[in-house]
Amino acid sequence: MIIEGTVIRVGDNIDTDVIIPARYLTSTDPLELARHCMEGLDPDFLKRAGENPVIVAGKNFGCGSSREHAPLAIKGAGVEAVIAASFARIFYRNALNIGLPILESEEATKSLQEGHRISIDLENGTIKDKSSGAEFTAQAFPPLLKDVIRKGGLLPYIKERLEKEVT
Amino acid sequence: MGMTITEKIIAAHSEDTHVHPGELVEVEVDMALANDITAPLSIRELEKHGIDRIADPARITLVADHNTPSKDIASAENVALMRNFARRHNIPYFFEGGEVGIEHVLLPERGLVIPGDLVVGADSHTCTYGALGAFSTGMGSTDIAGAWALGRTWLKVPESIKFLYRGDKRSFITGKDLILYTIGEIGVDGARYCAMEFCGPVISSLSMDERFTMANMAIEAGAKNGIMEADHATLEYVSATGTTRKPVVYTSDTDAEWKNVFQINTSFIEPQVALPHLPENTRSVYSIPRTEISQSVIGSCTNGRIDDLRMAASVLKGRSVHPGVRLYIFPGSPSVLLQAEKEGLVKVFLTAGAVLCPPSCGPCLGGHLGVLAAGERSISTTNRNFVGRMGHPKSEVYLSNPFVAAASAVKGYITTPDQL
Repeated sequence: MIIEGTVIRVGDNIDTDVIIPARYLTSTDPLELARHCMEGLDPDFLKRAGENPVIVAGKNFGCGSSREHAPLAIKGAGVEAVIAASFARIFYRNALNIGLPILESEEATKSLQEGHRISIDLENGTIKDKSSGAEFTAQAFPPLLKDVIRKGGLLPYIKERLEKEVT
Repeated sequence: MGMTITEKIIAAHSEDTHVHPGELVEVEVDMALANDITAPLSIRELEKHGIDRIADPARITLVADHNTPSKDIASAENVALMRNFARRHNIPYFFEGGEVGIEHVLLPERGLVIPGDLVVGADSHTCTYGALGAFSTGMGSTDIAGAWALGRTWLKVPESIKFLYRGDKRSFITGKDLILYTIGEIGVDGARYCAMEFCGPVISSLSMDERFTMANMAIEAGAKNGIMEADHATLEYVSATGTTRKPVVYTSDTDAEWKNVFQINTSFIEPQVALPHLPENTRSVYSIPRTEISQSVIGSCTNGRIDDLRMAASVLKGRSVHPGVRLYIFPGSPSVLLQAEKEGLVKVFLTAGAVLCPPSCGPCLGGHLGVLAAGERSISTTNRNFVGRMGHPKSEVYLSNPFVAAASAVKGYITTPDQL
């Protein structure tokens, strides 16, 4: 699957409290959560993001609380993918579980500039900067996680497994 | 090659006798918990995918602790969803109303986690139970929904980092100061994906309550789990819960593999405070300029146990909260509150002018019961000081131990009991 989008940059250690403040966590609706996405970091984030944004972050993206509402808010806001130098581990699992594409590449995050048009090949993890021509390869996922990603998330994967156990 | 405590617990719950850092393994889960913020999402995800199977209802705990007592209609609906789910699946461990405590105070107290267990929870501070010599880690709602359905989950075996604490402890130095100091040394991603094993004579000398405080904040260094070897004090604590399950005590092998070993001399550690807006911004309280506060919060899954309330009361006894400060005290559970009442601490708090709140996560995450306005500043015994964590994005949170939070409430600015 190929994703195309425009880079929106954020810094290091972006925590889940700024991605979606706790006062909105009484909702589990991605579109409702999306209205407040990154509100704690930049109230104009959604305006700045424009069409088909791809978040490019520094290290430890998604640290702090385990709230799955964070990747849900990002996905609900129409963000195509998140590329980071590194991810906090709970956010990493959550994103894969709900089908938000994430890519880990320190090189890409050093080079990709705000507003650059990029294309991402999710199957092989390559990121192409269409504005500069540069190419990067993200860290590969282990086979189990590839399976989860292919099925569209953890629960479709588990459902299939439970059905197999029954038959 | 030997194994660490973390590796041994993971191996014991997997089909392998030996596991190595970096490996992905499937493990049996002893307990999978969620709260009133995360459980509704787990329940809705299961429903959305048409999964109605629960592997074992007795290995699920549901705690309505975050927005309790329900702060609005949406929170009440979330608790109703949990309650119905618990009834439908005969889940015995559902806590609300007079039974509710902050999950990470409540589960150990109730004997629902014991040494050697493998626990996952839809709350990042699930790592608290490492203080019991259990492997426990936070995950998201979907992962927990998966663990409820399968009774199993997948884990990447973490590399372990050893933190060895030796030396004396100065006055007013607690487990909170040791962990804040440690996070200050290694940073908020210093233990990312790793197990933090806390050991050494200083750890052995800590009360269980202080050990919980330390393991609780392992996540603030990015760790997967924090862990300590269970000892005599641990087993006594577990036995007092009345659990009939048998603890399994693991010790790291002498030839276990460590990613890194940190030796920390505690003799030089002064009371710590973490400045906004990251838990790694730690300093000695003595080194910061005069910092006025409008609020002080004592409680949370980090510092809401009886020892914490004793520390606060020892400072507040015979003193009054500064007129410009609101002091909110949140006991971690009904039994902590009852014990505080028995010991006369409740009277000390109320006489000093503190507000005694129900067991709840309350303002720690800016939910309710003490949220900050723009420009306000709180000293707090909680675990995070991110932008907007306790309320308005332009408010500030300083993290400290209960001695400092109490002394600061008395003076109106951040200080220590010896400066009162």
